[in-house]
Amino acid sequence: MRFKKVRGGGVSADVAPVEAHVLAQCAADLLALLAEDEDEDAPAQDPLAAMVGMPTGDVEAPDDPALARLLPDAYGDDDPEASREFRRYTDSDLRAGKSAHAGTVLATLPPEGGRLLLDRDGADAWLGCLNDLRLVLGTRLEVTEELDETTLPEDDPRQQALQVYGWLGWLQESLISCLSPRR
Amino acid sequence: MTAPSMTAPAQLDRPQVHEESAVERPWVTIVWNDPVNLMSYVELVFQELFGHSKKEAHRLMLAVHEEGRAVVSNGTREQMEHDVARCHAKGLWATLQQD
Repeated sequence: MRFKKVRGGGVSADVAPVEAHVLAQCAADLLALLAEDEDEDAPAQDPLAAMVGMPTGDVEAPDDPALARLLPDAYGDDDPEASREFRRYTDSDLRAGKSAHAGTVLATLPPEGGRLLLDRDGADAWLGCLNDLRLVLGTRLEVTEELDETTLPEDDPRQQALQVYGWLGWLQESLISCLSPRR
Repeated sequence: MTAPSMTAPAQLDRPQVHEESAVERPWVTIVWNDPVNLMSYVELVFQELFGHSKKEAHRLMLAVHEEGRAVVSNGTREQMEHDVARCHAKGLWATLQQD
């Protein structure tokens, strides 16, 4: 599977069945992760605040390091109060945007493999989702700039996940090479 | 970031002058290096979010990669909160602070 430019600013790729299965699983896992902790312990909705789109109650930073990487603090460690306030206003939009990207991947992916055809919006959603998947896997695997599937012993339990991680990076690179900046 | 090359960090300076004639310290958005984001991806995002040329985006990306962090924009606190939110939406690790 490799992305190619198509006329009109979109991209296409031929997806093997196994690639479709891996990507669908990854995107579904990402959606589940993004739904975690949301509105947990949230106080009863203030109807007036909800009506004007105001957030109600505090939103805690995620405990899961992978989710925390997707939804990071906006201020440094010296100002947790400002980060908390920022999160109150941005958390649900940030999750919604990332979930929408994963949703687009699931909606456009040919379930048993085949031709994937994306317009520019679709390509952007795929790009965002591939990046989020790599952030989650990379955080879970504690990757460094030196670590890859070739520097890990063959029998290491992380091998399989690291190979998926490496493949997603390759795939993302192939998509980036098809795109010019959109401003 | 993953993958290599080199130049100096970009500095944008635009102090906000207040009516009380006091010069307020501007706020800055900082992007931090991380081992996952692809260099080509960060370069593309810098072009899209900040309207940089490919060359300038490349220089800024390398500054993040080599210095571990770089200032990518400055302005009022509200503007920087907006920029940080846009960076987070793209998966970049960004924070804001007063310069």
